[in-house]
Amino acid sequence: MDMSVDIDWIEPHPHGIYIKPADAWIDSSKPVSKALVTHGHADHARGGHGQVWATPETLAIMELRYGQAIGHAVPYGGEIEIGGVKISFHSAGHVLGSAQILMEYQGNKVVATGDYKRRADPTCAPFEIIPCDIFITEATFGLPVFKHPDTATEIAKLLQVQQTHPDRSVLVGAYALGKAQRLIGELRLAGYDEPIFLHGALEKMCRLYTKLGIELGELRPVMDSDKDSMKGKIVLAPPSALNDRWSRRLPKPITAMASGWMRVRQRARQRNVELPLIMSDHADWDELTQTIKDVSPKETWITHGREDALMRWCELNQIKAKALALVGREEEDD
Amino acid sequence: MQVFADLLDRLIYTRSRNEKIRLISQYLKDTPDPDRGWVLAALTNSLDFPVVKASSVRNMAMERVDETLFKLSRDFVGDTAETVALIWPDQPTVNPDDDMSVGQVVDILAAASRKDATVILANFMDRLDADARYALLKLTTGGMRVGVSARLAKTAFAQAFDLNLDDVEEIWHAMEPPYTAMFAWGEKKAGRPDLHGLPYFRPFMLAHPLDDKALDLETYAAEWKWDGIRIQIVGTGNETRLFSRSGDDISSTFPDIAQAFGHHAVLDGELLVRGDYQGGQAASFNALQQRLGRKTVSVKMQKEYPAFVRLYDILFEGDTDLREKSWSDRRKYLEQFVPALNPERFDISTIIKAHNFDDLSAIRDGARDAAIEGVMLKKRDSPYVSGRKTGLWYKWKRDPLVADCVMMYAQRGSGKRSSFYSDFTFGCWTEEGELYPVGKAYSGFTNDELKMLDRFVRQNTINRFGPVREVEKTLVLEVAFDSIHQSKRHKSGLAMRFPRISRIRTDKPASEADFVASLQKMIS
Repeated sequence: MDMSVDIDWIEPHPHGIYIKPADAWIDSSKPVSKALVTHGHADHARGGHGQVWATPETLAIMELRYGQAIGHAVPYGGEIEIGGVKISFHSAGHVLGSAQILMEYQGNKVVATGDYKRRADPTCAPFEIIPCDIFITEATFGLPVFKHPDTATEIAKLLQVQQTHPDRSVLVGAYALGKAQRLIGELRLAGYDEPIFLHGALEKMCRLYTKLGIELGELRPVMDSDKDSMKGKIVLAPPSALNDRWSRRLPKPITAMASGWMRVRQRARQRNVELPLIMSDHADWDELTQTIKDVSPKETWITHGREDALMRWCELNQIKAKALALVGREEEDD
Repeated sequence: MQVFADLLDRLIYTRSRNEKIRLISQYLKDTPDPDRGWVLAALTNSLDFPVVKASSVRNMAMERVDETLFKLSRDFVGDTAETVALIWPDQPTVNPDDDMSVGQVVDILAAASRKDATVILANFMDRLDADARYALLKLTTGGMRVGVSARLAKTAFAQAFDLNLDDVEEIWHAMEPPYTAMFAWGEKKAGRPDLHGLPYFRPFMLAHPLDDKALDLETYAAEWKWDGIRIQIVGTGNETRLFSRSGDDISSTFPDIAQAFGHHAVLDGELLVRGDYQGGQAASFNALQQRLGRKTVSVKMQKEYPAFVRLYDILFEGDTDLREKSWSDRRKYLEQFVPALNPERFDISTIIKAHNFDDLSAIRDGARDAAIEGVMLKKRDSPYVSGRKTGLWYKWKRDPLVADCVMMYAQRGSGKRSSFYSDFTFGCWTEEGELYPVGKAYSGFTNDELKMLDRFVRQNTINRFGPVREVEKTLVLEVAFDSIHQSKRHKSGLAMRFPRISRIRTDKPASEADFVASLQKMIS
């Protein structure tokens, strides 16, 4: 069986993936005339493009962030054609609206995952396995030391600390898009029905999630809340606010952070985190390698993250692979 | 192991010193012997398993995982024990009820041969989850990185059993892990351990850096600060031990000193190596370094680098404790004591006569002796107390030398700098217009500067050699160092003592950095 793929209509460039016949770019970090966007995180969705194709949720997120006007909404499973290339969007399980982009041209299939995870997330659709010839995968947590524990265990840790400190608040750092809403969703699933307090930078995104049909329960802005009312409660803020003066308005906050990087102890210490919660919206090592096996492409391309290690794994498992050096991807985006 | 793992993780994530003390004292109260003693030893870096080394842990991991994957992981995580704990394949059979005690681990490993130890350790690893594996490896290989100093651990012990800290300090160094007698004393089940006639370490008196020159030099005595290693000589008459500043017994590294001292006394001094400088007086620290860190030392070594001690102070003469006496009184005791010693091996640190700071400053700057680091100021009426006490002793180091160098290579740091590019190799220009490495530094910058340097490395990498990144030769670093010496180790033929990044000169083009030749002129 011939396993080689000879596809010359798709090109990796430092600032994005270029689809030649369509003259379109995936997740370009520079403004381009035709952009396909996998999801709303700033390092994938930039403002200033001419035309944008994305899922309706991603477009809504981009509109909230950049006021982007010209957008073509493509729902999961919906198909479009640009320059003879059939393009469809499929759920990636990363954040609300996140999509893998499937391209078909001259009988070959290429999938670009953007960012993805394999675990259940109450705030977005699960990852879909799409058989293809070339699979372009992320590698944010592409090292065998990264094995995210069960989400339920981490949520239980958070609730245990919250319950044992009735006179303090637990301040959890979580990225504004995705992690914050997932954390709220997971807390609600675990039966926590107290109001959850929000830093101003998280409010708009949570409101958008609710508008798009994701139930988050009662949310209150910290700005309008009395210090005493936040005792024994959970407060969410973007990571940058954790050690900021802003947190002085909280009652003796215990600093927590929800991120896959919390797996490494000294990383948590660098951020002065007292309660690390290992929760990621990216696939961990086992999930990355399992996904490559599940998709079983002829060739795997590895983008942003720790490409070296995943490349090595492919080599050990006799899987054809190459590393793409994309620039402008934030290492800390989780 | 789970309870210890839990303690370790709490200590890692707790910022408050008082909370750390509380966590440790609670653990010491709740945990039975000998576990608590072993853990206390581990926290104070006094636990050593000769059969388990960092390299054996690494090799053990490499039997389970690919070497390249391991190295990439280690580079990212910045700690071998943590990397191995995380990368170790989880066994489906891990059962939290099948826990082993710290004491069991210590006993089994202490009885094992080097070859068996790795197999035993691997079996333990298979029975534990990632956090407990981390605790197991930290217990056996040390390097806790939990932000707990020996002083803090002793404070926790004192607090747990309501004891006086100075008393604990004194007893501590005469005890061996797992400190059963000390715990019995703490729990009032036994009396204070009897230390009479034992050659044990007494905590050093330390100095604050001088930042206020308003001291009255009539009430302070000035003496040279020698650039060797601080040492305590403890003699019982029958036996002599030498202790370093951290209380490590270094007698076997310097048998020439230990054998030459047959007296019953405790002395404080600076260990130096005789060199060609100052007509056969003290040589630079560089020469002393040839003898440091060796478990045993050859006769040839002893001959080539003869060691001697320049004495600063006397703590005990016979059984008489002199520590409560004033510095002036102790100095008199010392002056009377030294003539009885072998002058080849022991001399007394001289007092500098200076009446004001201008005098002293001129004397200090005039001393370009390789073995002088600066001057010490000691309050004449100060007793000998443990640690740094405000107002008693000050150190006034010579101003550092500086050079403008160009960053050449960078490597990721360990510990709290894990994942940051924080270890920098820098170079200076040759006449031919080439950059030659002249040193390596990993300190001196602020956290914000570190982030800036890290970003520079990531954005300006031109080559990778394993964990090392070569960068564009564009960034000028002002490097401060205490002294510079000839060395065969570097291509430039130079080696700096205690180099650190003092400023990031983004304002200066790389072509204007210093020349190797101008550094050569600074050799002392």
